[in-house]
This record gives sequence, C-alpha cells and structure tokens, in this order.
Amino acid sequence: MKAPLSWLKDYVDIDVSAQELQQKLFSCGFEVEELIDVGAEIDRCVVGRIEKIEKHPDADKLKVCRLNCGSYGEDIQIVTGADNVFEGALVPVALDNSSLHGGVKIKKGKLRGVESCGMLCSGEELGINDDWYEGADVNGILILQGDIPVGTDIKEVVGLNDYIFDIAVTSNRPDCQSIYGIAREVAAVLHKEVEPVPLTYHMGAFRTSERVNISVQAPDLCPRYIGHYVRDIKIGKSPLWMRRRLALCGLRSINNVVDITNFVLLELGQPMHAFDLSRIADSRICVRRAHEGEEITTLDEKTFKLTNENLVIADGEKPVALAGVMGGLNSGIADTTRELLFESAKFERANIRRTSRALGQKSDSSARYEKGVDAYTTGVAINRALNLIDELGCGQIACDRFDVAVPQDPPKPIETTAAQINALLGIEVPQDTMIDILERLNFNVKVRDDVLSVTAPAYREDVDGYPDLAEEVIREYGYDHIEGTFLCTAAVTNGGLNASQRRAARAKRALRGQDFSEIITYSFISPKDYALLRIEEEAARAIRIKNPIGEDMSVMRTTLAPSMLHTLVRNIRRGNDGARLFELASVYIAASLPLQALPEERATLGIGVYGPGEDFFSAKAAFEALAAEFGLHFDYRPAAKPFLHPGKTAEVLFGGAVIGWLGELAPDLSEELAIEIPVYLGELDYAALADALGAEIHYAPLPKFPEVRRDLALIVPEETACADVEAAIRSGCKFVGGVRLFDVYRGEQVGAGKKSMAFTVTFVPHEKAIAPEDADGYVRRILKTLHEKVGAELR
Amino acid sequence: MKEKIEQIRREISEGMRGVANRRQLFELKMQYLGKTGAISALSKGMRDIPPAERPAAGKLVGDVRSWAEEQFAAREEELKKEELAARYANERIDVTLPAHLAGGGSVHPVSLVKQELVDIFAGMGFDVFEGPEIEQDYYNFQALNIPADHPARDMQDTFFIGGEFLLRSQTSSGQIRVMENKKPPIKVLSPGRVYRSDSDATHSPMFHQMEGLVVDKGITLNDLKGMLDEFARRMFSSETKTRLRPSYFPFTEPSVEVDLSCHNCGGKGCRICKGTGWIEVLGAGMVNRRVLENCGIDPDEYTGFAFGMGLERIAMIKYGINDIRLLFENDVRFLKQFRD
Repeated sequence: MKAPLSWLKDYVDIDVSAQELQQKLFSCGFEVEELIDVGAEIDRCVVGRIEKIEKHPDADKLKVCRLNCGSYGEDIQIVTGADNVFEGALVPVALDNSSLHGGVKIKKGKLRGVESCGMLCSGEELGINDDWYEGADVNGILILQGDIPVGTDIKEVVGLNDYIFDIAVTSNRPDCQSIYGIAREVAAVLHKEVEPVPLTYHMGAFRTSERVNISVQAPDLCPRYIGHYVRDIKIGKSPLWMRRRLALCGLRSINNVVDITNFVLLELGQPMHAFDLSRIADSRICVRRAHEGEEITTLDEKTFKLTNENLVIADGEKPVALAGVMGGLNSGIADTTRELLFESAKFERANIRRTSRALGQKSDSSARYEKGVDAYTTGVAINRALNLIDELGCGQIACDRFDVAVPQDPPKPIETTAAQINALLGIEVPQDTMIDILERLNFNVKVRDDVLSVTAPAYREDVDGYPDLAEEVIREYGYDHIEGTFLCTAAVTNGGLNASQRRAARAKRALRGQDFSEIITYSFISPKDYALLRIEEEAARAIRIKNPIGEDMSVMRTTLAPSMLHTLVRNIRRGNDGARLFELASVYIAASLPLQALPEERATLGIGVYGPGEDFFSAKAAFEALAAEFGLHFDYRPAAKPFLHPGKTAEVLFGGAVIGWLGELAPDLSEELAIEIPVYLGELDYAALADALGAEIHYAPLPKFPEVRRDLALIVPEETACADVEAAIRSGCKFVGGVRLFDVYRGEQVGAGKKSMAFTVTFVPHEKAIAPEDADGYVRRILKTLHEKVGAELR
Repeated sequence: MKEKIEQIRREISEGMRGVANRRQLFELKMQYLGKTGAISALSKGMRDIPPAERPAAGKLVGDVRSWAEEQFAAREEELKKEELAARYANERIDVTLPAHLAGGGSVHPVSLVKQELVDIFAGMGFDVFEGPEIEQDYYNFQALNIPADHPARDMQDTFFIGGEFLLRSQTSSGQIRVMENKKPPIKVLSPGRVYRSDSDATHSPMFHQMEGLVVDKGITLNDLKGMLDEFARRMFSSETKTRLRPSYFPFTEPSVEVDLSCHNCGGKGCRICKGTGWIEVLGAGMVNRRVLENCGIDPDEYTGFAFGMGLERIAMIKYGINDIRLLFENDVRFLKQFRD
C-alpha cells in the first residue's frame, strides 16, 4: 500500500518527520517497507528568473542567460540551447554541483568558450510530466507559472518535496488498503483527530430510478450494490492536484471520470465503476450469475467464456461487466459519454478470488476485492465519488440512488473486562488507558461496573473477540511493555525426544562414525530421474504435484537414489576428491493414485560413496555400522538393479526380508553422466527396522572357560561366496561363536578357478572347557560339512 | 671341588663377555643356574661328599651360586639399558607428521540447528512431534482458521496434490494433530520439511520449520516473550535481545513478529541487519480461540501460545550463510564445516 505523506496530511495534522512517522507506524503494526523520498534525486535545483538573454558569440543555437536565483546568486550566467526562454521567465535552475533525475550531475563548465554555471531544466530532467506540473511535458525549458520567489527549492514548486510510505498491510486489515485507512491509524498513533472525508454534493431534480432499474439476483455474491445516476457529463482533463495524487501512487491520468474512480479506490479502498448509460440496453442493470457459456469482452479486449460460478453485471441483453474484476468493452466511459451510472458495490471476496484465478484476469479492483471490502465503506465511497464529480463540475447528480443491501445485524458489542485482556497479555494495562486506546481507534466503549462493552467501527470486520481488543490495546500501548515471564502458571512437563527419535539420532551418529556426512535434498524429483535410473515403471507410483515449480521438481520421490546420485555427480563435477554421504528422509508411497488417503511417508536411508580407495565395501560399511550400532545382523546376496553394475550389486536382507540394496553405478550410466570414476549407491528401508531397533539390552553371562581359536585355510571354487562358507562353518559345529575372514589368496599354488580363504574360527565353550582334542574333533566335523556344502578342501 | 668352582667362575666371566643380548644371557644363565646347570649339578653332587666336609663344600657352592646370580643380574641390568638406548636411538619419529584421523562424518547445518533447538526446548519440557508432510487441507488451513478462499492463503504459495491433499506449507499443521490427540498441559515442538512455491537466494521450495506450542491454564503473551528471550540467549548469545511487534497470522491473536538483536553488530546497525540492529527471525502469537475450539479445547479454560521459525533462516544467521541454495547443494566442502 503506497501512501503519500501529502495525501495523509489532508486528513491528519502530522507534526512529526516522515522518519519518525515510519517508526511509529512500525511499532503499531504497519511496517513501512520503503520510505520513498520522491525528490531524492533532485538536489540544488532552484527557481531562477531570467534577467537577460544574449546571443552566444560563437554558436547560433546557444543563448547566454543571466539569472537571478536569490540567495544562491543574483547574477548567474548559464548557457542554454532551448528556444522557449525569454527575459522575465521563471525557470528551474540546476546550480553548480547539482543533481537531477536519473542521477545526472551538473557542474560548472564552458560551452563553446563561454562559462555556464549550471543548467536550465526541462520537466523531463526533473523527472516529471504534466500530471505533476502544467507545462512539464513541453519540449524545452519548464516555464514556471505564478509569482514564486527566486531561490525557492524547485521540489516545493513541482510537488517533489514529498514522501511515499510503502506499507506492508497484513491481510486482516483490508480497511488499511487505503489512504484514509492509513490516515486513521496515523491519527491514532499520533493522538490526533482524523478529518472526515468530504462527502457532500449538490443534487439535481431528477432521479436515478427514472433512468435505470437495478436488481440484484445473487445477493449471496453481492451483499451491497449502490448505483447512482449522473448526467450532463463533461469528459475532460482532471485538475492538477488530482493528477499529481494519482501520479504519486503510480497511476496515469485518463480523464476526469475514470480518474475519480481511481482516486476513490486509492483514498477509500473501494473499487468504483462507471457505466456509460447510453450503452446499457433496456435501462436495466442486473447483478446475476453468468449463464453457462456466456461471453464477455473486458476493457482490455480479452474475451472470456463464463460459467455459473462467475458473477456479472448485465443489462437487458448481455453482461456489461465482470463483477469486481473489470468492466466490459461494450459499456465503458468514452470521450462521448454524456450520462453514466456510478457503481459502488461489495462483492463476496471468495467469489471474486475464484473468478479472477479461474479466468486468469486480474485488476486493481479484483486485487482489492480479494482482500475484502466492507459494506460501510461501500456507502461512503459513492458519496465521495459524487462529491468529486461536484467539485470538478463535470456532471449533474441525481437526487436518489439504488442501494440494494442484504440486511445486516447491528454490530454486536464485545463484552470483556480489563482483567480478561490483561490475563492474555500477562501485564497490567490500566483500564483507562485501554479505553483511551480503543476510542482513539474509533471503537465505541461503554463501561458498566468492571465490564467493558466494546463495539468495533463498521469498517473493522476483522474484530470478533476480546483477543482482538487485546491486540489493539497492546499494539498502541507498546510491545516494549512486555518484559518476559516464564510460564508462571503452567504445569511442569517432561520433554525430549521420544525413543524412535532418539534412535534416529543414534543411527545418524553411527553413520558419521564411518565418515559419512549428512545431506538434505528436495523431497520432489523429476519424472526423468526414473528414466535415468531405467526404472520408468516406478514413476507411475509417484505422487504428482499439480502446480510444481518445474517438471524437475514435480513428483514426490519413492526412492532417495536419484537425489543422492545428483549430489554425487555435482560433487565430482566440482572437483571434490571424494565423499561418503547419507540422507535419512522420507519416501512417499501412495496406496493408490489419485490419493484417497494420506500416503505413507517411509523413513529411508540413502547412501552414496565415491573417491580414491573407496569401493563397494566402503558403502557396505554404512549398513554394517547401523547393524553394529543396534546389534542387528544383515545378510547380503547378489542381485540385479537396472542402474547398477551386475557383478557388484547386493540385496540387503534382514530377518529373511529384502530391506535394501547396494552397488556400483552401472559403468554405462556413469559414462552417460560424464563421470569417470566409480560411484556406489545404496538404500535401506529404515522404517522396516523400526521394531528391531528398539530391542532392550540383555546381559549375556561371560563364559566360564576360555574360548579356543583355530585358523582354517580353505581352497574353494572361485565363485564361492564368503557368506556361504561362513554358513557352512557355523552349521558344522554348535560351539562356533565367531567366524572371521582374514585372507583371500589366488595364485599358482591354489590352482586355476580356485581361491584360498583363511578364517579364524572361535569355539565358545558351553558347560565345560574345550580340550585341544575336542577342538580337533570340531575342526574335522566342520571340514566335512565344508566339503559337502561348498566343496572346500583344507589347504 | 674347588677347582671345579674356579673353573665355573672363569667360564661364567668369560661367557658373560661374549653375551650380546638378554636372550643369550638367559641361555648362559641356564647353563649354570638352570635345573640341569653346572652349579645345580654341584648341589646335587653334595651327597657324594663325606658328611664332615659337606658344610664347607656347601658354603663354597652357596657362595658361587650367589656370586653367579649377582653377576647375571648385574649383566642383565646393563644389557637392558643398552637395548633400551639402542631402541630409543632407532625409534625416533617425526612428531610433526600428520595424524591418522579416522575422519568422521558431518551433520547437515539444518540438522545441527534442529538438534540445538530440540535441546533448548526439551529442557523446558517440550516433546517433539513430527507430522505428515503431505497433508489434508483441513490441517494445513481450515483448522488453523484459514477457510477456503481466505486471503491469508495467498501468504503462502502452496503446492497442491489434488483433492484435499497438499504439501504442508507450514508445520503449524502439527499443532492441530497434537491438540486433537492430547489435552493440556501441552508443550510440543513440531519440526519438519515444509513446501512453498518460491525459489531465490533467500527462498527454497522446500525448507524446514520448527513450530512450538504451549497450551495450559493462564498462559500469557508475557510468557511467550519470556520463553523466546530464553531461546534467543541460548541459541545465539547471552546478550541477544528479542523485540515483539504486531503482525497477523490467522491462527494466533494477538500475533507478533519477533526480531532478535543483530548478533553481528549487537544492535548498533550493520550490513547484515540492514542498519536496523534487528533481524526478523520468527512469527508467534497467542493461539486463536477458534483454533482451540476446533481441537476440542475450551478457550475459556485454557490459553496458549505458538511460535514458528525457519530452520534454514536460523542456520543462515548463526553460521553466516548468505545463500539458502548452499544448504541443498550438499557440496562436501560445505558439509564438512559442520560438526556437532
């Protein structure tokens, strides 16, 4: 919301600086996002009178002027090339070391050998046009009118000595989306009265009802509709003061009638519309829902096909406006307009919002309606518009109007007490202070015993309970009175992470212990990521976002692998040596699509590894660290994934169920991604472990007898898996406690197609000590089993 | 006998000279003092000596044994010193060589901030609740006093899935889920991923929020301020101050924006706080009566406050990170800077 200081001053006697006002507005809830000094660029530019003009001795087109700039110098010589200067003219003079619009700097210099101590300025050089000052559009020097003392700062003359407050208005305060709304707040915070808006006008002896008939068929979408007839319209230029106001707020002047509608929108926040009555069929205005398929072409020459959900203003034949959004091309104000109907209406906020969104058609009016317009201001605004018609003398005003309104209950007072308000704030604001604050904000306060009976002003539709009053009180009283207490009355509670949250933290610590760093990536990925990993069919399972930022962030991931892969690739491309990364995050699994119920958000662990010395087993370390941390056992078996190296891929099993995978990225995929080094990826269904992670610790008694260790060097066929050998060793003897591989050897002594694997086997005694002869027996049994199950021979 | 003993003494003295290490010394010692050694043999030979001569012979044997033991002990001590000296001379290392670091991974800065916040608020009695990221309109909006087509919906550019489902735009949705299932006293934090259609140097389409909610008897705005003061001091520094200023959220009334005094300049005004001395950090307020009612909590009996903050924003302030995108690029050189 942009509010010029000069406009606010129409309504409030502001006796503080713009900067002080900015601070005060900030403290009561209106953050001035930018305080714009309108003439900030213009410096050392003053009014000067041309006392004498002489020809330049060496240039036909140049003139040498002598200027009186009062206290800045009574005889300043300036060379100009303009044709429209004359002796006695008052002109803007940019003095030596001055600056102009666009940051242009002016310094003393010589023009064709003649000294020039500044520059005479055009309107453009001051950054203004005719809407700021009559004659500013002239091609040449701006000739100032009237009797202005020489040496006066030019900014005061042309209206550049102003500030614009660009205020962030919160969405609960639509009443402050207007100059007058802000003025009310300024008055309250400065302890001043706000001047009333001029609302009076002269009426002619003719009636709106004799010229046009108005009906509202959709009162649910249009709680109030006011139409007022104005005739003998003289379309013309608006006066300078009005054009300057519009220009300050960034609006271009069109003509007096259109300017009045814009002016009222800015000043009071009520969108206005004017229909050219001569273009209204059957002298009828009807506010109704559009017929299915009905069309309208709006002022900006766009055509829309409407539905029953859209509200239109129609005449006897056709829609003439898309209610609250934009007028129709067929009924707008033109230079030929001689009679018109002013509309001031309250349209239902949500409907305007839906229509604007559905049609993709926006306007200042629709933006304002979406924020909310109150029925009270609807009535004020029509009077202000007619007051301006009268003031500008551009029409005759009918003596009655249509005002179709849904009857409203009189505003209900809020009954509260100072104690109740203070109980919410936690401080003691005196009752008298509260009443004073509320009354300054135009609330009506009646006091009976301790009870405050408070009625909000009609434009404050946001107020509906005592907490709202508490907010009004504290924002004016000052938040600096809140000093801070610490839950004096609250029950003591025990806080902290729950068991599963603590376990997740433990899991992350275990991974960090293996040198894995945590990453966080977006939950949405590109459908193309599934194609990249050659698992296109899985894309169909992913939940799609209807309005994604882009296709690359349009589906909720069902696997962490693409995000991890992209992260690894980014690190490689940036020349980072290596990385061990993990992410513990959700994947999103829908029971069916489109969604019928909340999907499952399944905690999943993704890992990624690359770099010198890293291999499959570095990645496996992440899973094994997790298993070790929680005392679990995972099994691994060879597996296939479309995006992994077929010889270096494993499935991870826990309790017999597959809970994850792990492997080297397929080399052809690496090539596709232009990365020349192997990368390893893995994913674990962390949620599947949830129950197992919570296992209580049970102490196992220490063995009474010493353990016995034996080393076995075995020769096995090349393809034999370590896990199978280990399983065979365990199944061969019930006393086997630990089996640890300590060497793998291939070479001539072993023979082709074979390898040697050396294990340390630990026997744990149960009831009695294990004698060396016993251990020898166990080893024989194990060797027998090994021979049968995996064809192993003792080396 | 005597000659034998003299012989032994000579042999030992000579043998000792040829010994280079303690192993050899031990071998030599065993030749004389071992079970089957020469001196032990003398002791065993005593029974062949006439009884009258035995005491004198016994003394001679005892003397040589003591002598031998002393000799060996002394030589052993010498050798020990020599060996140690040799070892020290050989085993000199360059202590300035790099250490063998086990590495150790890092914690993502957003996790780090989350961890710290949880620690701070857990100490004040807060539980942690993690609600769903794909939410129903009811929890993300309606129950929070944001009906359909309410202009406050425009405050957040929401991602929609279809039907009533959307990506939660705020962790405030967690408030409702907590209050539906638990009656006061409530103190709960709700951290997690949230989503808004916005992307630039300070906005990310996915980011993290942490919502805090307290509902109990007699909770006041002043209590909110007190708790946030404590948070600010512990999260940033004991000098950090908070400032409340009026704002608007549909689910709180009154609502406040909370600024912290700039950690960089201490409130004097600098580039980081854009000269204001304050940094906007979180939104908060007293829980709106309608929200309590929506969750079946009597607003005449209980009051409460809620606050919500962006974890990325806290991380950026705390660690001086100037672009939010760094947090999601996961460059390992960036990640490795963060340890808990």
